[in-house]
Amino acid sequence: MTEVAKVDLTKVKPYGDTLNDGMMQLSFTLPVPFGEEANEAAKTLARKMGLEEPAVVCSKDLGIGYTYFIMYGKCQHTVDFTTIKVTKIEVEVMDKYEVEKYIKENIKRDIVIVGACTGTDAHTVGIDAIMNMKGFHGHYGLERYKGIEAFNMGSQVPNEVLVAKAIELNADAILVSQVVTQKDVHIPNLTQLVELLEAEGIRDKVVLVCGGPRLSHELAQELGYDAGFGAGSYAEDVASFVVTEMVKRKL
Amino acid sequence: MKSKLNLNPDLIVSARKAAGNIAESMQNFIDRHTTVSTERTILRLLGVDGVDDIDRPLPNVVVDSINDGGGLSRGIAYWIGNAMIQTGLKPQEIAEKIAAGELDLMKLPAAGKVEAEAKILPLVIEAVEKIRAQRQKRESYLKTLGEGKKPYLYLIVATGNIYEDVVQAEAAARQGADVIAVIRTTGQSLLDYVPYGPTTEGFGGTYATQENFRIMRKKLDEVGEEVGRYIRLCNYSSGLCMPEIAAMGAIERLDVMLNDALYGILFRDINMQRTLVDQYFSRVIIGFSGIIMNTGEDNYLTTSDAIEEAHTVLASQFMNEQFALKAGIPEEQMGLGHAFEMNPEIENGFLLELAQAIMAREIFPKAPLKYMPPTKFMTGNIFKGHIQDALFNFISVWSNQGIQLLGMLTEAIHTPHLQDRMLAIENAKYIFNNARAIGDEVEFKENGMIQLRAQEVLASAEKMLWEIEKEGLFSTIEKGKFASVKRPKDGGKGLSGVALKDEQYFNPFIALMLGGEK
Repeated sequence: MTEVAKVDLTKVKPYGDTLNDGMMQLSFTLPVPFGEEANEAAKTLARKMGLEEPAVVCSKDLGIGYTYFIMYGKCQHTVDFTTIKVTKIEVEVMDKYEVEKYIKENIKRDIVIVGACTGTDAHTVGIDAIMNMKGFHGHYGLERYKGIEAFNMGSQVPNEVLVAKAIELNADAILVSQVVTQKDVHIPNLTQLVELLEAEGIRDKVVLVCGGPRLSHELAQELGYDAGFGAGSYAEDVASFVVTEMVKRKL
Repeated sequence: MKSKLNLNPDLIVSARKAAGNIAESMQNFIDRHTTVSTERTILRLLGVDGVDDIDRPLPNVVVDSINDGGGLSRGIAYWIGNAMIQTGLKPQEIAEKIAAGELDLMKLPAAGKVEAEAKILPLVIEAVEKIRAQRQKRESYLKTLGEGKKPYLYLIVATGNIYEDVVQAEAAARQGADVIAVIRTTGQSLLDYVPYGPTTEGFGGTYATQENFRIMRKKLDEVGEEVGRYIRLCNYSSGLCMPEIAAMGAIERLDVMLNDALYGILFRDINMQRTLVDQYFSRVIIGFSGIIMNTGEDNYLTTSDAIEEAHTVLASQFMNEQFALKAGIPEEQMGLGHAFEMNPEIENGFLLELAQAIMAREIFPKAPLKYMPPTKFMTGNIFKGHIQDALFNFISVWSNQGIQLLGMLTEAIHTPHLQDRMLAIENAKYIFNNARAIGDEVEFKENGMIQLRAQEVLASAEKMLWEIEKEGLFSTIEKGKFASVKRPKDGGKGLSGVALKDEQYFNPFIALMLGGEK
């Protein structure tokens, strides 16, 4: 009886039904008409991707001269699992219910979050995705969280107005969205907000977060923000950070 | 028809009565008010279009000018009729002069209401006839080309670029779609104007503009003729420009429009007075144009639990039905909404979904119900998602839904890729065909889980409607009874665009369209 082969973690490849068979499934569309040539094109592409013995197990005519493929192939590449390093997000992301529970257990009061799209920026897509009831891609916005009072001030809010609102509501966190970053207009605008908060003496009393498709965490920290959220962030990412930070800083 | 769910017909009658009373009490409010968007709609119907030198749409420029001058209460129809008498110009020319700062509607000599109304009437009739012609064109297409079987396969395109949308829509139509919906860009609902011209940049959708409507309509007509099936076009008559977009849809022959009396209030924080006044005129237009309206009850279940709050969906369907009747929309055009949104982990959840869907079918027998796919519990596991969509499709064919908003296996991930739509259509076609007559063949166990569930939901909805009837709709919304969302009567966006009508006010389209083709 042959022994079952052992996994070599320095050379890992996909598993279908036998160790190291490299089996992968994939599906995609090519903008070419359905037929033999299309299948051959798909197989050629798969070979370039490092898949040997590529097989088109299904192909479909999408009706506008495009073809869809389902394929299998044997991956020739390997990964050295022992050298993998991941920079972990410092905050453990909780889902909506966990955030609500966390607030109830650790903060023991409703928290207030004020958000706005500041300066000349009229694109509320980001702040709406994070704050509005409906949220985005099935991730509900902060308005829907129990224990969070969320105020979305909308677009083109001057920094002065945002700061005044934060003071009025005794906000625990301020969220600023910047979608338009052409010619770096967001940099002076984001900087001014920090300066205003410092002048009012409340910078330390709030969790200050910015977000936008072209903003990074590094840039945010550089500008004096506690965090920056880029594309693909949802309300729970922001909420998790805010509540954790509040507890950490005893706000 | 015998109820398979053993629903008590008296409870249905009673629920309708309560909803009718609610709509009636709101109608008193609606009839006394107008809005900036209602007035801009009148201008659009009169043919005013285009933008000024800083890209402000002319309907906004003109209505803002009377609003600033304190003339909104009299209505734009009066001011335009009067200006036509005084200047001899056409509405478009009048609008252009106002934009150029060469004319102030409020400073012209004032004719009487009767003269102004008489002056404008030929243009009103012309506009109404144009829309009637579009309606007839649709009817003629349906007669010559035919259409897909119900449930109609409804697919979305959402690239942000109208020209790219056209490519995707064509592919979807060739694969079998019956309805193409162009999703709007995020945030358009809160714009207090309708952008102008063809657009190529949107976030998660494409701007609703009249030119974009025209571009898509043309392509769908071409594809429809080739595939031998009329392809319906859908967009959103919602948000702050609800009636304006209805008018654009009527002119460009859209076939389906999202339109809900409460959605904007609850989910977009639009002021409730504004929305209720706006929805009325939009529905008058939709009814006259032969457009199927789609309501948004499904959204309640994205905020609230689909099992606990099922009765709020039914209650809202009853109210949307009564509001629609007030605006002259026949039952055959009422695409009342609901959704397959129960947690898939629940034991016998499928039975509860089935009960809800069949109940809606029995209570609104003629309505082309709009059935929304699972979204809330869709994950990155596309394989499981495809099965969730299959169960949803199964209930749809079983309960004979009107419009099937196809679920995408990638719902939780991205706006649909080309192949996602193909897979969704394949899934639905397979199930619809394979189980076509199941609804005729299967009855339910007396006092079984399905019957009892439907009866319980109906009873709760009826009770809730009488509570609203007593409390008043405004106050009910203020207390957060729908979708767990609270909205104050004087809060939200767009309130400043609401005005009380004065005694000389007239909207010449209402009478013609309400009394129009039925």
